[in-house]
Order: sequence, then structure tokens, then C-alpha cells
Amino acid sequence: MKRGRVGWRILLIWVLLAGGPALASVDAQQPPPKAAQDEFVPLDQLPPQEQLPAAPLLIAAYSVAWLAVAGYLFSIWRRLDRVDRDIAEVGRRLPRT
Amino acid sequence: MPRIFLPLTLLVAAMFAYAPIMIAGAPIESTMFLVQKIFYFHVPSWFVMFSGAFLCAGASVRYLAKGSREADHYAVTGAELAVVFGLIGLITGPLWARKAWGVWWEWDVKLTLALVVWLTFVAYMLLRRYGGPGSEKLAAGVGIFGAANIPFVYYSVNWWRTIHPKTTVVPTLGPGMRGTFWFCVLAFMLLMVLIVAARVRLERQRALVDELYLNLED
Amino acid sequence: MTFLRVVWLVMRKDLLVELRSREILYTTVFFAVSCVLVFAFGFVREGQPMGDVGAGILWIAVAFSGTLALGRAFERERQSETLRALLLAPVDRPALYVAKLLGVMTLMAAVQVVIVPLVALFFQAPLFEHFLMLAALLFAGTVGFTAVGTMFAAMLSRARSRDVLLPVLLYPITVPVIIAGVRGTAALLQAEPDPAAARAWLSLLVSFDVVFITLALWTFEPVMTD
Repeated sequence: MKRGRVGWRILLIWVLLAGGPALASVDAQQPPPKAAQDEFVPLDQLPPQEQLPAAPLLIAAYSVAWLAVAGYLFSIWRRLDRVDRDIAEVGRRLPRT
Repeated sequence: MPRIFLPLTLLVAAMFAYAPIMIAGAPIESTMFLVQKIFYFHVPSWFVMFSGAFLCAGASVRYLAKGSREADHYAVTGAELAVVFGLIGLITGPLWARKAWGVWWEWDVKLTLALVVWLTFVAYMLLRRYGGPGSEKLAAGVGIFGAANIPFVYYSVNWWRTIHPKTTVVPTLGPGMRGTFWFCVLAFMLLMVLIVAARVRLERQRALVDELYLNLED
Repeated sequence: MTFLRVVWLVMRKDLLVELRSREILYTTVFFAVSCVLVFAFGFVREGQPMGDVGAGILWIAVAFSGTLALGRAFERERQSETLRALLLAPVDRPALYVAKLLGVMTLMAAVQVVIVPLVALFFQAPLFEHFLMLAALLFAGTVGFTAVGTMFAAMLSRARSRDVLLPVLLYPITVPVIIAGVRGTAALLQAEPDPAAARAWLSLLVSFDVVFITLALWTFEPVMTD
């Protein structure tokens, strides 16, 4: 298998496997925060911070984590690709000298 | 590419796919409610950061002591990991803190320590990038000093903060949370192994290219 | 040649060169004074200094001027290519490190002699009341800062972008020194001085110094060798 194609496949598998259920479960978490968005919450000892909805922060946090990891893996893969191309290039030039 | 690569990638991807399901199923924390769930990615990120930092330091020692190029590859990898995962921790942390503590940032011991260590390894990467030839050895020195610094930063910030006590909510892990947490830690650790493998290979290939170009010139 | 003799010779050389032109001395002292002035404009309102700002400003001025002095000291070596000559000499490399360290520390002592009274004056900080303790804190802090700084400045003298990389590398590592120095000094300056706390901070500084000088002595040789 050519290394370039392997790299694409790996990235694709990773993104699909990881991204799908992640999106699904984030959706499932939507109902609870409604309580946090209302001022009146049937719970005692609620600190005033509860008025700030948690869902956007949670989603933002996980998005950052996913994007950073995916981005980093992608950058490594891209650099590997470039280096392999350089090696191939040098390999072509060597026999001539 | 070593044979372990593809199965390891699949395993890591599968674990990361399953993680959100576990996280959604974990019990909601009683004082911080939903936002506490950031914890399951936030803490493992810091684990990876500190592992990266120690990898860098250990490899740097070996590089300076033995002159092993391979050790240098591991040192760069460790530092890069520390920067990337430290950044994840530094972004997810304030997002959590905003809700849990009401402020984006606090001069708490762990936060300050994490920030300083992160900055040290950002400096390491800047040195590698812009220092010109011969910066590998200098960077090794920085890596070692940075790791040696960790206890000092911890103690100095700790003493500093005890004079101005702050209450921080640190949840103790109940059974439902414990399983999820350690699952996420394992996922991140395996991800780290994967990244180390790929990144070290990248460095080796780069060294190979340099060598080949040198041979070409002869 | 014994270790101490090498240290003495190199240090003497540096001090003699410096004494002839006094370039680094004057410029660093002036820079430190300007630093204190700038902070004075920033932190003094209606003639009243804010909180224990004096301690912070003193240490920041020390850190900034120290960075400058380190950069300049090694720049001079680089320009005359004397660093290479030193490295080629059949002497213990760590001795060179110690000599440089002591040279920069002497310079920093001169700077501090000027700015400590200045900070006391501008920020109405009773810096002279626990003079010995303050001197100990300044000494231990300067040793720590300069120990790491000399190491990095020597490493960087042959690198590119060395001017900006020195502070980039130095400040994160010397965070404990700054924290300990500032908090120790502040403990002496507060309404009810707390010498016990200052002693605690001093002990942190001393352990930092011991650990990092040892590390520097170990790593100086392999790092400076090509």
C-alpha cells in the first residue's frame, strides 16, 4: 500500500469513527442545560453562576480538543508526506552522480 | 510504517468514538453540573502534556550524555506534545472555569504551574525553529532546566497562594465518573503513543533527507 | 591550571575590559533606572504608591536589566571571537561558566546598589529596615537568575535570533526566583514585617540556586561542545 493512501485512510477512519458518535452524544445532552438557562431552578444551593448556560462552553471545549488533536495529526501526516517526497526526489537524483 | 500503526490508530479512534458516549452517561456532578464534563478531556490533556515534558527532559539528558540523535528526535516530539496538549488544557480549562468559578483565570497553583511549564516548552519549540544550526543542544539544555523547574514553580506558587486562600472545587471521583475518567486517560495515552511513533518517524525521515542531500553534494 | 585560577583569570579579564570602557555598566544601570521610572509613572497615583508595588518593581528591574547585561556580556565575546578562544583553551569548561557567572553578578550588584535606594525613594518602601535580609534575598535571587541566564546566554551566543530568544527562554525558568524574591521582599515591606516568611522564601531561593548551578555545571560542557 502506498504510504500516502494509508495516511488518508487512517485520517478518514479516525474522523468518521470519532466524529460521528461525538456529534450524536452532544445532541443528546441538549435537554438538561435548559434548567441552567432559566433563573428559577428547583435545586437548593444554586450558585449565581448557574445563570450562564453550560452547553456552549462544553461544546466549545470539546470542539477545541477534537480540532486541536485532528489538526495536529493532520500536520504530522502532511509533514511526513513532504519528507517522503523529498526522499524520493533525492533518491532519483543520486544514481545520476 | 511500523505494522502497529494501523491497528493502534483504529483502537485510538474507536476509544475516542466511544468516549463521548461514556461521558454523556457519566453522572452529573452536584456542584458544577454539566460543565464539569469538560474534565474528562481536560485532565487527560494535562497528563499528556506532563508526560511530553518528562519525555523531552529524559530524552534531552540522553542526548547530551550520549549524543544519540534518536534521543533528540524523542525530545522534540515530547516538547511538541507538551505544547499542543498544554494548549488544549489551557483552552478547555478557562472554558470550564468560567462556568464553575465565574472567572476565566485564577492564579491557582495548578494553573500557574501548567502555564509556566507550557511557556517553557513553547520557548523550546521557538528555539528549535529560530535558533539556527546547533540549536538541538541548546534546546536540550532548556528541556532539562524546564523539567527541573517544575517542583520549584509548584512550591513557589503554592506558598504564594496559601497566603491568599481561594476555594476551588475539585470533585472527588464517584464510581460512575471514575470509569469514564480512566477510559479517557487511556485513550489520550494511546493517542500519545501513536503521535510519538509518527512524529519520531518524521524526525528520522528528516534526518535521512539531510544526510542524503549531503551525500548528493559529495 | 586549577579550577579557581581559571575562574579568577577569566573574571579578571572580563572586569578589566569592562572597567576600561564601562559601557555595559553605565548602560545597564541607566536602563534599570529608566525601568523604575516607567513603573513609577505606571503605578504611582496622586503621589501614593500602590500596595507592595515596591517589591515587584525592584525585582522586575533586576530581571530586565539582568537580561540586558547577560546579552551584552556575551555579545562582546562573540564580536571579538574570544568565546571560541576560551572554548579552545585546555581548561575546565565549567570554570568558564563560573567565571562568567561571577562577572555578571558583579555587574548586577553594581546595578542593585543604584536601584535599591531609588525604589525605596520613589515608592516609599522601607527597604533599609531589614537590610541584611533584603541583601540576602537579592543575593540569592540574583545568583539564581544569573545562573540560569549565564547558561542560556552562553548557549545562545552562537545561535540566530539570540537577542529575543534569551528572554523567551529565561523568564519561564526563572519564575520561581521572581515569585520568591518579590514575596520575600514584600514580606519585609508590609505594615507588620514578617521575617519568618522572608526566611522561608530565602530558603526556596537557596535551594533553587543549588539545583540550577549544579545542573548548569553538568550540562555546560556537552551543550557548548559541537
